[in-house]
Amino acid sequence: MTKTVYTLTIDGRDVAGTQGQTIMDVAEENGIDIPGLCHLPGIHDRGACRLCVVEIAGSPKLAAACVTQIAEGMAVTAHSETLQEYRRAATEMIFLERNHVCSVCVANNHCELQGLADDLQLTHFELPRIMPKVDIDASHKLFAIDHNRCILCLRCVRVCDEIEGAHTWDVMHRGLETRVQTDMGIPWGESPTCTSCGKCVQVCPTGALFEKGRPVASGSKTRRPFLPWLRVRQEERGL
Amino acid sequence: MSKPRVATVWLDGCSGCHMSLIDMDERLLDIFERADLVYGPLVDIKEFPEDVDVCLVEGAVSSEEDLHRIRQVRERTKVLVAFGDCAVTSNVPGMRNPIGVAPLMDRAYRENVTLNPQVPTQWVPALLPTSEPINRVVPVDIFLPGCPPHADLIYTLLDDLLSGRTPAVAGARFGR
Repeated sequence: MTKTVYTLTIDGRDVAGTQGQTIMDVAEENGIDIPGLCHLPGIHDRGACRLCVVEIAGSPKLAAACVTQIAEGMAVTAHSETLQEYRRAATEMIFLERNHVCSVCVANNHCELQGLADDLQLTHFELPRIMPKVDIDASHKLFAIDHNRCILCLRCVRVCDEIEGAHTWDVMHRGLETRVQTDMGIPWGESPTCTSCGKCVQVCPTGALFEKGRPVASGSKTRRPFLPWLRVRQEERGL
Repeated sequence: MSKPRVATVWLDGCSGCHMSLIDMDERLLDIFERADLVYGPLVDIKEFPEDVDVCLVEGAVSSEEDLHRIRQVRERTKVLVAFGDCAVTSNVPGMRNPIGVAPLMDRAYRENVTLNPQVPTQWVPALLPTSEPINRVVPVDIFLPGCPPHADLIYTLLDDLLSGRTPAVAGARFGR
């Protein structure tokens, strides 16, 4: 099967991709860095975090690069002062929705949210904080979830369903009450579907999901070369 | 011409930012050749003075006393720097915010005490309902996040301010 090749520009650079690819895919292939917290190569995109928003010439709306397919002749602006402002505002709101305390977080120095604030030179917050009282579920023997640090990227939900095939993780409630949950809200440690594979912990961009017994700022969990490979294997097998 | 007047203030923080300040080592001599240290935990002066040029404020605003002090600092200071994560975000002191003051005091002074449990009401300032970043209380001119901010960043900031340059706090980040 042949696929149509499209040519387009990103930040004025001539690039090419095949039909069905997203702006994010083509940017990644060409070494153009577009930030994203919910995007992760190897699992399907959902366009939730809005950090990958880009401008497309002729369109009045911003588009999320991870869920917008390329088209012939498209002119994409991925970096501008206005876009950085939007990204800074989105990052600030993600910080303020839960209780992120970098200095005492298990993911300190290995956190994608903290790194993003650094990249965007977000040095303080102007908006009021929500400061919700949320739980920690440490009932699983190996792992724990601290909802204080959860940004609802839902990488855990997607990797558990699409790669591990267990679908232990899902989402409950709405709006500010939204939480990721294990098996209809029962404690993680009592989950009959969880295989304890740890993929959710590996893909979590913050310190929300972590391995028990690890001290503050204890180590990176960003090495996950298996993911895109598993996705390709699944597609080959028609899953 | 008299030297610029620099002050430092310690609100609800662990003093780690002040430790990082001291960690400038011999560069302290350079800074205080060019400026006078007129107030701070390292200076034996009780009242925050008038006409301060630069004030580094460590810590969140957590008590009635912190609130009084930060307002006075703001009135008497030209350039107010939120110095470190507690001052910038309320950081660890702010972790009590979702709990509330009454359950917090009960936990600290009643539940875990076997002899004569009582909440202190004298000689210590009352806690505010929540612990707040400085910019939620008074305007802040410069934010220097970090837990603590690295001594190099503190030096660069003070060097820029004392040289009349607009400080670029590049490299400062939450946590460490």
